[in-house]
Amino acid sequence: MSQDYDVIVIGGGHNGLVNAAYLARAGLRVVVLERRHCVGGAAVTEEIFPGFRFSVFSYVVSLLRPEIIRELDLPRHGLHILPLESTFTPLPSGDYFATWADPDETRRELYRHSPKDAEAYVDFGQLMVRMAMAVKPLLGVTPPDPTSLSPRQLRGLLTLGRHFHSLAERDLYALYKLMTMSAADFLNEWFECEPFKATKSASGVIGTFLGPRSPGTAYVLLHHYMGEIDGVFRAWGFAKGGTGGVSEAIASAARRFGAEIRTDAPVAQVMVKDGHVQGVALGDGTEIRAKTVSCSLDPRRTFLELVDARRLPEEFVAAVQRYKFRGSSAKVNLALDTLPNFTSLPGAGRHLRGSISISPSIDYLERAYDDAKYGRFSRRPYLDIVIPSMLDPGMAPPGKHVMSIFVQYAPYAVEGGWTDAQRGALGDAVIDTLAEVAPNIRSAILHAQVITPADIEQTIGLSEGNIFQGELALHQLFFLRPVPGWARYSTPIEGLYQCGSATHPGGGIMGAPGRLAALQILEESGRARAAVGGGRAPL
Amino acid sequence: MQGAAWRRWAGYVVASSYELTHDREYAAIRSTAALIDISPLQKYRIDGPDAARLLDRVITRDVSRCAVGQVLYTPWCRADGRVLEDGTVSRLEEQRFRLTSAEPNLRWLHQNATGLAVGIADESETLAALALQGPSSREILSQLVDASLDALPYFRLTPACIASCPVVVSRTGYTGDLGYEIWLHRDHAEPIWDALIEAGTPYGLVPTGLLAMDIARIEAGLLLLGVDYISARHAVIEAQTSSPFELNLGWAVSLEKPRFVGRQALFEERARGSAWALVGIEVDWDALERLYTNIGLPPQVPTVPWRTSVPLYARGRQVGYATSGCWSPLLKKSIALAHLESASARQETVEMEVTVEHRRKRALAYVRRLPFFNPQRKRA
Ligand SMILES: Cc1cc2nc3c(=O)[nH]c(=O)nc-3n(C[C@H](O)[C@H](O)[C@H](O)COP(=O)(O)OP(=O)(O)OC[C@H]3O[C@@H](n4cnc5c(N)ncnc54)[C@H](O)[C@@H]3O)c2cc1C
Repeated sequence: MSQDYDVIVIGGGHNGLVNAAYLARAGLRVVVLERRHCVGGAAVTEEIFPGFRFSVFSYVVSLLRPEIIRELDLPRHGLHILPLESTFTPLPSGDYFATWADPDETRRELYRHSPKDAEAYVDFGQLMVRMAMAVKPLLGVTPPDPTSLSPRQLRGLLTLGRHFHSLAERDLYALYKLMTMSAADFLNEWFECEPFKATKSASGVIGTFLGPRSPGTAYVLLHHYMGEIDGVFRAWGFAKGGTGGVSEAIASAARRFGAEIRTDAPVAQVMVKDGHVQGVALGDGTEIRAKTVSCSLDPRRTFLELVDARRLPEEFVAAVQRYKFRGSSAKVNLALDTLPNFTSLPGAGRHLRGSISISPSIDYLERAYDDAKYGRFSRRPYLDIVIPSMLDPGMAPPGKHVMSIFVQYAPYAVEGGWTDAQRGALGDAVIDTLAEVAPNIRSAILHAQVITPADIEQTIGLSEGNIFQGELALHQLFFLRPVPGWARYSTPIEGLYQCGSATHPGGGIMGAPGRLAALQILEESGRARAAVGGGRAPL
Repeated sequence: MQGAAWRRWAGYVVASSYELTHDREYAAIRSTAALIDISPLQKYRIDGPDAARLLDRVITRDVSRCAVGQVLYTPWCRADGRVLEDGTVSRLEEQRFRLTSAEPNLRWLHQNATGLAVGIADESETLAALALQGPSSREILSQLVDASLDALPYFRLTPACIASCPVVVSRTGYTGDLGYEIWLHRDHAEPIWDALIEAGTPYGLVPTGLLAMDIARIEAGLLLLGVDYISARHAVIEAQTSSPFELNLGWAVSLEKPRFVGRQALFEERARGSAWALVGIEVDWDALERLYTNIGLPPQVPTVPWRTSVPLYARGRQVGYATSGCWSPLLKKSIALAHLESASARQETVEMEVTVEHRRKRALAYVRRLPFFNPQRKRA
């Protein structure tokens, strides 16, 4: 049977695009099939209101792997990550807490709230860098299979074992604590300043259905720290043109390497015969053939919808069914006539160029989580806000602004379901929360877009609206991600691979799953040499 | 954590960065627009029937090919073909030019003007200059000038008016990005600066100092006199001098011209081959990271661009040296401009010395063609 392509990549999110770019770069004939009218998946920029461009879903970039930027020559394709330098946490008391680009300035600000914390902050930073260094080698490699005895696998395991062995004892303890404790408990051992702890622990609960006092959330804190030790030492950045700018740059690179990208091309079925993948069938019945199919959708979509589950081992299907999504986040995007004016720090200062966090205390976050536990969205949610137009004025007409508000908790399984009324009520809760610290916000709004977990699921196919294609919880990480025994991008079906955020090392605009999956596919087809090489001149 | 706030430039004091760190200023050059005071440049007006002839004698490029309204980037040399300097020549009118340079050239121009009907005026003190650089620069400037900028190609100029003051706008710059340089009388500098800031702020215009510009010019592979090469005027020994070929400027040498200072020597050099080549160097990230992780540290990169001579090796022997470099926040690469012995310039890799925790190490590095970054918008 003649093959149309060497590889079909399902889904044009940033991971699918990275995957395709690497495969095409190695000389394979690749096609990307994207269901929507545009590429990007959760990393898209769309003009929802005339003249105003929203990073509709994801909004900041931290973990995008620098080697991908270099190897795919993304700056030439328009990628530019702009520095996002501060965090501003307005408080109900009328005061605020902030962290700035200059660590000394942050230390002084912390001193204003707690002299003791100001000192602890230095030691804590040092510890976190060591922890991030300890965990970092895991990010760049394909997870070895602990149950396999092949020499290659053993070598991989040994290297990692040696690596952890080399950690100092105190660091091992700290790492153990990070792996098991809650973000709140972990931070309580160090600090007393509530807004500082709350703002930090918030990063431990983003994308999970857990509260800051839930065990295991400390680890995710670290996950978010990784970006800081990565060559650029900058925590969070904002992509020029919004997060869609990242996807567009990767798509442009992929095309340059020869990949074909088709939009409005939903895949309805992965065709399998005798345990081998044959290609895919599109929604309109068109069949496209290839011996290799690389799927960037989450495991539920891939194995329970696109593949006929009867062709899969039972325990595998059961494991996929157990894999947890539990989306808990929403988005509100605003077109603004003027900038918000915060009571605690009035004016259009530099604090509007960083992220703005509504997280005054751990109690506040935990209460927000309490609502979710009982099936409601948080009456007073945690908000993570950026104003992209402050960094890239091209996102809005001159003098106008766009605001991106990440909202937690908004449980997928909300009581009564996500009706229009419920969506409206969520939007109101978010604006009310913000108006308490920035009263002019309501009158500044020209247009509001409220996105519930159900909307996320519907628009880009993320099951239950989970932003990371599955919770970043310990039992779903590394060689357990997505399913024990199948963490190496391959699947029980010969020729079918996974390359999305549901695979190691997980979600976020990182590109690592797409890249590692491509390297795995190339290795298994004997083309590994053509793919790697950080130094190879871009083609 | 930063260099000094002020820096000396040709006897003037200029800002290294206007904020405590230069990050935002650098980002502005590549993503919005930056406004940079480049007034310390030397500027000479050259006019008269023999103006073109004088310049043709001095510079290595062919002035007869320079149309009115055109700008040439060019080096100029001593009689022995060693570079004195590089700069720009703008043809303002048929018989009227402007030469810009980093160092004084009045005496050199006079020395070469014997017997020519030409006037040479030093306008360095009276003429100010502002560089408006970055992807949004055209949008910003278009609001202020009467002239149409869409029709102004790369390395062309046009007279214009800003805030009712006469200026010359050239589509030139030292960042390798879309950008303009505005030449104006010093008395108009402040109102024009203010008008630009006012019009540009909604587009993300940021006053920008020399640190950010330095990163941009290294990415663009543009040389800095006194850093990447030494003027033959200042060299104490022959080995400190360079020819245009050795600075990757062979494209700017018109040997077809019958007469210019240094022609004979350059003619011979071209036949003989040059001793050195100027290249880009990119340090391999994995190699650099390994040097740090080997001793338990996260990798470190300099936060400000550096300008020290750093040795380059191949097969254990020093084959060249880097003269300036930086961490490119855009490219996520550690890059440098470097001189390599010609025989080594065609190699794919060399080793660069890096100091890791007080110890000298060597890291794998790639020899790259310059520039490192060359966006289409620069010429579009
Ligand atoms: C609201 C929200 C906020 C977030 N915020 C951040 C953030 O600030 N920073 C960060 O780093 N990460 C953030 N994330 C997470 C991050 O965006 C995702 O982890 C990442 O973008 C996922 O990329 P992906 O390529 O693996 O998958 P996706 O982006 O989900 O891509 C899958 C693609 O497949 C397409 N598709 C689905 N079904 C089919 C089909 N049948 N046929 C063909 N195509 C199909 C989809 O349309 C989509 O384009 C956020 C996510 C969400 C939802």
